[in-house]
Amino acid sequence: MLRRTGLLTVLFSLGFTALAFAAEEAGASVTVTGLKFFSWSALAAALAITFAATGCGIGQGLAVKGSVEGVARNPEASGKITVTMLIGLAMIESLTIYALVVALILIYANPVSKLIQGFIGLAGH
Amino acid sequence: MEHPVLFLPMLLKKLGLPVVLSADEAHTFLQKLLLPHVIYAWLLMLVFILIGWKVGKKIEVVPAKGQNFFETVLGGIEDFMIGIVGEEGRFIFPLIATLGIFILCSNYMGMIPGFYAPTSNLNTTLACAIIVVVYSELVGIRFHGIKYIKHFTGPVLWLAPLMFPIEVIGHLARVMSLSIRLFGNIFGEELVLAILFFLAGMYLAPLPMMVLGLFTGFIQAFIFCVLSMMYFAGAIEEAH
Repeated sequence: MLRRTGLLTVLFSLGFTALAFAAEEAGASVTVTGLKFFSWSALAAALAITFAATGCGIGQGLAVKGSVEGVARNPEASGKITVTMLIGLAMIESLTIYALVVALILIYANPVSKLIQGFIGLAGH
Repeated sequence: MEHPVLFLPMLLKKLGLPVVLSADEAHTFLQKLLLPHVIYAWLLMLVFILIGWKVGKKIEVVPAKGQNFFETVLGGIEDFMIGIVGEEGRFIFPLIATLGIFILCSNYMGMIPGFYAPTSNLNTTLACAIIVVVYSELVGIRFHGIKYIKHFTGPVLWLAPLMFPIEVIGHLARVMSLSIRLFGNIFGEELVLAILFFLAGMYLAPLPMMVLGLFTGFIQAFIFCVLSMMYFAGAIEEAH
């Protein structure tokens, strides 16, 4: 019951944000409709980092778990195990960094934003 | 977010050179040449050349202070590299050591106020990654000749049409992964520091993130070198 409450909360909050985006349907000007692109971009960037960080946390936790068990079994090999663990952690972290770069591109360097600004009439510089 | 205060471009601007701080405003070739990441990369090059020249002037059998320190560092890197690449890979040591020390020092330069890390710009990291990947392919061709294709065809012959595009894409993805991993770590660190400074600079909020930044700077330089060594090792050894 507790697990399903958490999932339902997440789904409801996402549903409410979608409702908020769609709230100005009636009589919306082109500007307002076009600006929704930026709202959705911000949501996309946040969701990218959310899921990437979750997966990274789980993956790196498993990596550290394996290496700590290895050191506990064989304390003499702790130097090699630590080096291997750091290499593995950096590999896992790089996947989250890819998601971060996508999020940064969405927020700061969106290639479509000039097009959208032209469509909705804001002077794009 | 306004432009950060950078000492060297300010100095060069006072000397009259056309210096701009962001790539959008750089139109002429000289302006593109004097962007912050290029200037600070040159500063690092100057520092390394001076140190190398000064320490290497007089090499004695029983090493003194400076020579001892560098012998320890470079000897450590070389032993670690031989462990991964094997004895035939000794010739790539200058490239690996230079890349490692360059990336380490430029990561740490980002922590100093008034300085800018060249690796926090995608151009620098892309240059390092392209050099490593292209050189590893050339090393593979030099060692194996035309049989280097066997590295791309996978274990069994009839799988070759499937494995070949996958392996080629994998090798090209190495460029992207090396460059974006380093760029994302260092630029992300800098972005977090800037935001924390903007939010709570009075309460020394960026300090814990700076400690983390020192740690990840070292780790990222180490990972770049280890991955480069593994790519070279994969190119030198026999195909499975």
